[in-house]
Amino acid sequence: MSFKSRTGKIFSALTLTLSLLGAPIAQADTTLRIGNQGEPASLDPHFLSGDWENRIAGDLFMGLTTEDPEGNAIPGAAESWTVSDDGLVYTFKIRDHKWSDGQPVTAQDFEYAMRRILLPETAAEYASLLYIIKNGEELNTGKAKPEDLGVHALDDKTLEITLKGPAPFLISMLTHYTAFPVPKHIVEKYGKDWTKKEHIATNGPYKLVEWLPNTHVKVTKNELFWDAANVKIDNVIFYPQEDAAALIKRMRAGEIDCIYKFPSGQIDWLRQNMPEETKIAPYLGTYYYPINTKRAPFTDKRIRQALSMAIDREIIMDKVLKTGELPAYSMVPPGTSNYKEPSYVTWKSMPMADRITKAKELMKEAGYGDDKHLKVQLRYNTDDNHKRIAIAVAQMWKKIGVETELFNSEVKVHYAELKQGNFEVARAGWVADYNDPQNFLFLLESTSKSLNYGNYDNPEYDKLMEDAYLESDLKKRAQIMGKAEAIAMEDAPIIPIYYYVSKNLVSTKIKGWKDAINDTHRTRWLSIEN
Amino acid sequence: MYSQKSKLAAMMPDAENTIEGRSLWQDARRRLFQNKAAVVSMAILAIIALMAIFAPFLSPHPLDEIYWDRIQAAPDYANAHWFGTDSSGRDLFIRVLYGARVSLMVGILATGVSLIIGVTYGAISGYFGGKVDNFMMRFVDIMYSLPFMFFVILLMVVFGRNIFLIFVALGAVEWLTMARIVRGQTLSIKRKEYVEAAHAGGVSNLKIIFRHIIPNVLGPVIVYVTLTVPQVILTESFLSFLGLGVQEPLTSWGVLISEGAKLMEMAPWMLIYPAIFLATTLFCFNFIGDGLRDALDPKDR
Amino acid sequence: MLNYFIRRVLASIPTLLIVITIAFFMMRIAPGGPWDKERSLPPEIEANIMKAYDMDKPLVEQYFIYLGKILVGDFGPSYKFRDFSVTDLLMGGFPASLQIGGMAIFLAVIFGTLFGAMAALRKNSAADYSVMTMAMTGIAIPNFVMAPVLTLIFGVYLSWLPVAGWGDGSFQYKILPVLALALPQIAYIARLTRGSMIEVLHSNYIRTARAKGLRERLVLLRHALKGAMLPVVSYLGPATAAVITGSVVIETIFDIPGIGRYFIQGALNRDYPLVMGTVIFYGVLIIVLNLIVDMLYGLLDPKVRLHD
Repeated sequence: MSFKSRTGKIFSALTLTLSLLGAPIAQADTTLRIGNQGEPASLDPHFLSGDWENRIAGDLFMGLTTEDPEGNAIPGAAESWTVSDDGLVYTFKIRDHKWSDGQPVTAQDFEYAMRRILLPETAAEYASLLYIIKNGEELNTGKAKPEDLGVHALDDKTLEITLKGPAPFLISMLTHYTAFPVPKHIVEKYGKDWTKKEHIATNGPYKLVEWLPNTHVKVTKNELFWDAANVKIDNVIFYPQEDAAALIKRMRAGEIDCIYKFPSGQIDWLRQNMPEETKIAPYLGTYYYPINTKRAPFTDKRIRQALSMAIDREIIMDKVLKTGELPAYSMVPPGTSNYKEPSYVTWKSMPMADRITKAKELMKEAGYGDDKHLKVQLRYNTDDNHKRIAIAVAQMWKKIGVETELFNSEVKVHYAELKQGNFEVARAGWVADYNDPQNFLFLLESTSKSLNYGNYDNPEYDKLMEDAYLESDLKKRAQIMGKAEAIAMEDAPIIPIYYYVSKNLVSTKIKGWKDAINDTHRTRWLSIEN
Repeated sequence: MYSQKSKLAAMMPDAENTIEGRSLWQDARRRLFQNKAAVVSMAILAIIALMAIFAPFLSPHPLDEIYWDRIQAAPDYANAHWFGTDSSGRDLFIRVLYGARVSLMVGILATGVSLIIGVTYGAISGYFGGKVDNFMMRFVDIMYSLPFMFFVILLMVVFGRNIFLIFVALGAVEWLTMARIVRGQTLSIKRKEYVEAAHAGGVSNLKIIFRHIIPNVLGPVIVYVTLTVPQVILTESFLSFLGLGVQEPLTSWGVLISEGAKLMEMAPWMLIYPAIFLATTLFCFNFIGDGLRDALDPKDR
Repeated sequence: MLNYFIRRVLASIPTLLIVITIAFFMMRIAPGGPWDKERSLPPEIEANIMKAYDMDKPLVEQYFIYLGKILVGDFGPSYKFRDFSVTDLLMGGFPASLQIGGMAIFLAVIFGTLFGAMAALRKNSAADYSVMTMAMTGIAIPNFVMAPVLTLIFGVYLSWLPVAGWGDGSFQYKILPVLALALPQIAYIARLTRGSMIEVLHSNYIRTARAKGLRERLVLLRHALKGAMLPVVSYLGPATAAVITGSVVIETIFDIPGIGRYFIQGALNRDYPLVMGTVIFYGVLIIVLNLIVDMLYGLLDPKVRLHD
């Protein structure tokens, strides 16, 4: 039965009778039911943009590399690879395996997929991730032909990828869905309908059973997957429900087995009532407030520094969020690969009282004080946590004589205004696509038009980042980027608030779950024990 | 008789008519104040309104003070958090009172706007009928179909963020059903003998509408008004979600209730207290509405 | 009557055209676009997407392209759900919303008029007060409170019913959402029925009917209720349109695959074709239902003439 009846007498008898017709027969199969919190935009890996889509796509498809239970890159569709000495040419040996329709997965499928996602006509949102490939950006902007792209199938099982510059993060980046293969023979035959359940073929551990919009996406074990012998869960159902509070109730009623991203407002209750299910782990992301460096008086570095200094991050972590986030004093979260310790703000270990004094001094130097209050408009997109943090920050800024006007808007308006530079201080967040400091620091390059919200523009910073792109020595590269980050932290174009954590609820029945820095938990590593 | 007042009014010259009207109003007021439920309701509403106005004097806590050691704390008399604190650690009692300011204003003003537009529009449309009615009702259909969200977003773009805009936006949408109801009643009433008599007696259309039609549709109008009040108060919280309603640290009952609803098991007080205030207010409006209806009913005398 | 009907159907064409035109420009002028989000797109990528959706053309030209497409029944692809067309989404989701909403409206009309009439007949009695207190409570509790409370009690604490989900579409999944949707509507209709019933009970023709010696019950049924239904029917036109197109709150809390969410989420996502699809869908429903309501007036009160 799909629901249990403990106490209900008349009611359950009634519903039981009524549901007999449609009730599924109990199966020996194991099914993982995921509260996925979002309807996928597509099942085509080239049209995805969210982590809820990644969860589905990553069960269906497998890139050259894939994630282990802890989210580290390991060989996937490629069983091995070699790298040229200059770090520019990667040669992958494709594993001998098949699409779920029995056709072999070839190097041509990868070549086809990477050209396809970069074609301007495809209009793929996430294509820019592959700009690191030679001629990737040129192809995407119509300046190069597909054949020019630095991805070539040398034979059916050998794929060569040539990069624009050394990219030590390539192997980790190739786990991303933008680098997933698509079955060339099916996409060419069915066009945009290729993801329909009657056409689609996958090379991952699961294959599609059905997708009913706003009901569920159901996948079942792909017996042709190369490691099918070790896949323990037979079916996965992804529920798109977005209401996290309702999802928690469903989990309590035994209707679903795991929820990604629970709301932190519930944390006290969860810690008390579902402590074993509550999984919190560091996550590669930074929550920050960009400051509009082009709008007076925020053009003044001292004001920006003062605003950042005056925020007591520890209190926000302990009292507002309470979900184990770490207070942030840098752009790059600690623990990022290919990096050293992040370059923190210089006043990181200064006691709070001293920071307030210092911030007040800075404000005074900038011409503000008790007689002349600085007025700041703080924008955030509507969300309980953003609101509570903004309220707390407003209270903290009051201590250095800053009057804060809070301004919320729905997410589309919020980011539209940010992009146009129509703000003073605003809320933003960044979660890494791949585990590398460059994926955070590029946000502050003056050339990063759409994501450098505050229009931070420091030639010295840009120059260092440019150098870092050309540097193939990992240690030196880390040093250069560290220097760049230190400059940015001193200039304070952003106020780092905290480093994200992943917050998941996982039933105790599920085994094999491990904390992962990128919050990617592929079903093939999990099992269910009753 | 069905409507002595209307008939009389139709025959009377203007001067006498106003005298007659005044005494009618006095009569209505007298009867309204005889209705105990209505009087008690008015008293309670007045108390809530006074509490909202004098909120700062009723609690030792300011609206936006954060108590870091009392976040989402249950009601606690020692610290004078009679309603507990919210999830930012602010006193809920004072927030509910400040919320009353916004919600009562929205409730009364937006409903008032929708009442005036809806009743006038519906009565005119129904009374003139034919082409006029057809045209006016198609306009209502159009207004129903337009996406409300973009409507308010554009209002904000044009006029800037302004709390009075909320009332206009809400009133401008809520009048539609009111107009449909009034127009439906008017279609039926205008065929009644007293209206036709007035018409034959040469009374101007406008006068007929305001003297004969509208007083006789007040029953359903008053009921629908009391239904509109909660609707606009709760819709305001959606506007706040869009960023077009009240901004922190100000708040409203709608916002408080939707915050509380998310934490109903963890912090029930965050839901219960604002909900009690909202429910009480609605009950009061309801009883006052019923009292008004009875008092104004031309047939009950 | 038939003449009037035909005239109204013809009038719906310009009405819809005006709705489409205003909605199209309103939506496009409003700040925020479909690809403004947490991760802003690089300008070159956004340019590719704009081009793929004809959004790089002048707005007026886009409007005429859109009009041309809907004339041949093509409501476009959803921007947000790229694997589906707007028609797929609306037609796929409408049955679920219609089922839940239809049942809710049905219950609301039956119980609403019943309770309302009962309360009116026994005005100011204990029965009246208790019915009206319940009704007011139903109105005062918004559905975003009612729905979680219902799921908590019947789904989590008692485990009688599923908390949410559609499952195989069987009855057990529909009970709570229908209830949550119907309760406030029952309350609304009960209030309206009571109000107008009291009015009608005082009026001339009921007194005449009583005087004629017909049995009171018959009088009430035939005349009073019929007369009292007028405002209820007026209310039901737009209310039915709203309820059968689903409620975003109910659908997200109960995870129902209906179209209610598209009305709000389509707008929040700035999924332009989907917004237009919902606007047209709703517009047609409003026009049809208000036409039915106008026809019903004639049945309820023979004196009502719409065409003169």
